[in-house]
Amino acid sequence: MAKPKFAMYWAASCGGCEIAVLNIAEKILDVDANFDVVFWPVAMDAKYKDVEGMSDGEITLCLFNGGIRNDENERLAKLLRKKSAVLVAFGSCANEGCIPGLANLTSGKAVIETAFSTVSTDNPHNVRPAYDYPAAEGELHIPRMYETLKTLDQVVPVDYYMPGCPPESHQIATVIDLVIAALKGEAKLPPAGAVIGAGNSTVCDECSRKRSEKLIKEFRRTWQIPMDQQECLLEQGILCSGMATRSGCNARCPAANMPCIGCYGPAPDVVDQGARMMSAVSSVIDSKDPAEIERILDGIVDPAGTFYRFGLASSLLHRAKAQ
Amino acid sequence: MSDNNQFEPVIVGFTCNWCSYRAADAAGMARIKYSPNVRLIRLMCSGRIDPQFVLKALSEGADGVLITGCHPGDCHYVEQNYKTLRRYALLKRTLRQMGLEDNRVRLVWASAAEGRILAEEIDKFVSDVRALGPLNWIKMATTTYVDPAPASA
Amino acid sequence: MSEKVGVYICHCGANIAGVVDVAALSHWAGELPDVAVARDYKFMCSSLGQELIEKDIQELGLTRVVVAACSPHLHEATFRNCCKRAGLNPYLFEMASIREQVSWVTANKTVALEKSKALISGAVHRVIHNQALEPIIVDINPNVLVVGGGITGIQAALEIADAGYHVYLVEREPSIGGHMAQFDKTFPTLDCSACILTPKMFSAGTHPNITLLTWSEVEKVDGYVGNFTVKVRQKARKVNTELCTGCGICEQKCPKKVIDTVFEAGMGLRKAVYTPFPQAVPKYPVMDVQNCTFFQKGTCKACEKFCPTGAIDFKQEDKVVSFDVGNIILATGWDLFDCRRIPQYGYGRLANVYNSLEFERLSNAAGPTGGKVILRDGVTVPQSVGIIHCVGSRDKNYNPYCSAICCMQSLKFAHLVKEKTGAQVYNFYIDIRTPLKAYDEFYQHILETDETRFVRGKVAEVTDAARLPGEEGKLIIQVEDTLIGKQRRIPVDMVILSAGLEPRHDAKEVAKLFGIGCSADQWFIERHPKLDPVATMTEGVFVAGVCQGPKDIPLSVTQGAAAAARVIGLVNRKQVSLEPVRASVNAEQCSGCRICNNQCPFNAISFLVDKGVSEINPALCQGCGTCVAACPAGAITGSHYTNAQILSQIEGILEVELGQREAVPA
Repeated sequence: MAKPKFAMYWAASCGGCEIAVLNIAEKILDVDANFDVVFWPVAMDAKYKDVEGMSDGEITLCLFNGGIRNDENERLAKLLRKKSAVLVAFGSCANEGCIPGLANLTSGKAVIETAFSTVSTDNPHNVRPAYDYPAAEGELHIPRMYETLKTLDQVVPVDYYMPGCPPESHQIATVIDLVIAALKGEAKLPPAGAVIGAGNSTVCDECSRKRSEKLIKEFRRTWQIPMDQQECLLEQGILCSGMATRSGCNARCPAANMPCIGCYGPAPDVVDQGARMMSAVSSVIDSKDPAEIERILDGIVDPAGTFYRFGLASSLLHRAKAQ
Repeated sequence: MSDNNQFEPVIVGFTCNWCSYRAADAAGMARIKYSPNVRLIRLMCSGRIDPQFVLKALSEGADGVLITGCHPGDCHYVEQNYKTLRRYALLKRTLRQMGLEDNRVRLVWASAAEGRILAEEIDKFVSDVRALGPLNWIKMATTTYVDPAPASA
Repeated sequence: MSEKVGVYICHCGANIAGVVDVAALSHWAGELPDVAVARDYKFMCSSLGQELIEKDIQELGLTRVVVAACSPHLHEATFRNCCKRAGLNPYLFEMASIREQVSWVTANKTVALEKSKALISGAVHRVIHNQALEPIIVDINPNVLVVGGGITGIQAALEIADAGYHVYLVEREPSIGGHMAQFDKTFPTLDCSACILTPKMFSAGTHPNITLLTWSEVEKVDGYVGNFTVKVRQKARKVNTELCTGCGICEQKCPKKVIDTVFEAGMGLRKAVYTPFPQAVPKYPVMDVQNCTFFQKGTCKACEKFCPTGAIDFKQEDKVVSFDVGNIILATGWDLFDCRRIPQYGYGRLANVYNSLEFERLSNAAGPTGGKVILRDGVTVPQSVGIIHCVGSRDKNYNPYCSAICCMQSLKFAHLVKEKTGAQVYNFYIDIRTPLKAYDEFYQHILETDETRFVRGKVAEVTDAARLPGEEGKLIIQVEDTLIGKQRRIPVDMVILSAGLEPRHDAKEVAKLFGIGCSADQWFIERHPKLDPVATMTEGVFVAGVCQGPKDIPLSVTQGAAAAARVIGLVNRKQVSLEPVRASVNAEQCSGCRICNNQCPFNAISFLVDKGVSEINPALCQGCGTCVAACPAGAITGSHYTNAQILSQIEGILEVELGQREAVPA
């Protein structure tokens, strides 16, 4: 009997998701034993036309990472959607845009300018990419970049969401076990649309730091104070996103004395993670005086970048207003 | 109301049950005519206003959002409007980064007696938002391509 | 499952129909998704209108109802009841205010129709997400806590005790009686204060239904209406009240004399073991360990030696008692404005400048001078006395409010000075406010018979620096007499500052302890300033007397009785039904981050350390929704104002466009 087919694709992403998959160690052998890996550009040679040649739904499981930054990303998303029985938005970029999604705070034009003309860029002839280039051998094309980065489910329907930047390896291993068991008829997959490989609460649930009532008089950045190892970071004035971020990572950053930056996305039933963060953080500012409130808020140097570090592209507003 | 063919903004307003919603009642009882552009949503307290509501309204097509509540010190629930004040301050900072004009989201305090003041504030707000033109956020996530050509070439 | 919504549009006679095309509106609403029926009717709130809705609920099987009419503050209850009668849960109903928010405020009919559509669309979208809710029923413990044993608290305690319920009356000082016990006469009738107060104190002290806890303070309050648990710290009296007979020998024998800054307002002395005044209730003395020679130097014990019953107990410790009550009345009273804050009036610097409480003691027959109005030298009878009104009140620099009692108090002082000394009295006033029963008559009486001079103007300064002949050795009151438009310098022997009433210095902490609110001035906030003056926003906690705002004795007593009546009414009902608009925590989603813990002014949120989650006590929750908006995990839901309801309402109202949507180039 032919093995079920597995695919993994990267759109606008950093490759960390791939590393996380490989980081499941010997579990990767189970993947190989149970699946026929048919398409995984970062790991093996594969051609888009091979995928195009497959019948619909032929790929049993496709892990799609990366956001939709250009028309090639979107074309592959649509293609893999069509060819896959189960399409998983894998990792923060596919789920919610992640760091590439922060480009939505500015214009696509500004992104190109930053890449090709800042002082640190070695580009003496001020060259810019061109989508179409008439070479001697024929017309060359590169993918067309979108003004706004989109998430996977903004272009195709998604079966499951697996958050994290990247998803924790132990969570990946668990999900792989579950899928294998489901294929053997030994387990049931969760209902479509579910978030998998994560908890149902927020990072604080897994964080061992001591928490008490919060009253914040000053926000500080990590380098400004010696951070106490036991006390809740937010109570020390450090902007920690743990309270508004889905659990599942075992609170790895706070455990390493660094604040949670929110990569596991919003908690269950939450529409907009950044809004939740904003509301929670401002709620515990210890002042009733408008001027003092503003002074305290001056300690948050980049609110949008902090609260929407991962979730901007999937937030209610998706992006900044075009100027 | 396209009398002079001017742009009519749509504005979502949030009110608290005890002060500002009653101010709207008072404006009605006094038959004060004011801009019809604001559609009010009643909550028990301005402290219930979740930034998500404001973002939702902006992303669903509102051109502006008005947040109202009891005057500081007069909150029906003791001091919850101070939380509104803090959340509003941070929301405004974030929205500014998102490129939103300051005049599109505004906080106004109105007591139950201040029907006239609420009506005047609504008129002022509507005219300020009107001056900014349509927001059309709902259309901003649609696909457009970036022109990669150099800025000044 | 799709819902069947009924939409009912009220004409309100011509009030709505005169501006809004109700027929068109009704036709449009009928086409909305999920709407099973839409009707318009002349008066929806009439019995015929309500029957129309009830009939549709029963015959068409409506699962949701929207009424577009007046403000919900007018008829929400009406239509909720209408739904209930027809068997539909009243919370499956929504109202759109198309009268107050549309027809009465919009001139243009086209726009009025569009705005009505938007509001109705919002209501329809919202109502689909409404959930059936049931009121919360809680039992009521019949015991009552009254905090503060002044005249207000005494009145409240007696009313409740007489009605047959048990009262714990907690007083911070060694005796009940409050400020009224310090007064000599009460305006406007000039009854002797002690004569009318003492019997009430005695009744409170002996009533079988009253447990008196004096020299005690409430430390902790847990629970909610009907079910409070209270912890009270009984400070150590160092006197065993089981043995003490109140004979007073200890006080007699105590060698240590201390200036009594509380009861005698600094005008007299007391001992280190003392009862503040002879009629004190209870009769048991307390020991002031800060001043007791034994506690400070290790020897003395005169009181112990002479006590005939062996009641002195130097080892006695504070005791914390805990008990359950169903309702709480706060009657914590007031502090006197500190006249030192107005240095130009010389209080604390110039010997013969008195504040109002000092003068009360001075003129009190049981006071330090036996009721003789004399200067600080202890012998001289003043020939002239100036009474300054509004000291610390009606002044932006101190307190903007009127202290309500000072005019009458000053007139009373004027009368007493005249009666006792025959001195020439001057009243310096801004306005005379004598609005209540027999008050103005008292003023007129003073004006006509007492030869008191009234000078209208705010006093600039009281000084002993003589400039003119006749001023030497006098206190000179510098004032602009605004009726004649001239500056005047009036030399007098004695100045009485009619100081204002201020909230207790710890009012804010007390408010927090009981989960109620303080105004910016720090008076306790009542539920409604006119229509619910003794209830607070916290169910089961009532306020009475001056702690709610300045008032005189009759009003304080009225409020004490009113609060008692409210409590008796609640206790008689045995159970109370609470509005189900409350917040609740989904423990599964709660991560115990504790953001919400300090969001609730009603102390409804507690953190369960063992489970690592926060919990909301539904009986304490008032339903404001602030914690719901604060919760970063979305683990708190506010019933009847859920995110789903509000987000849907936003979608609904934005589905209807309004006039010109595109900017027109200039």
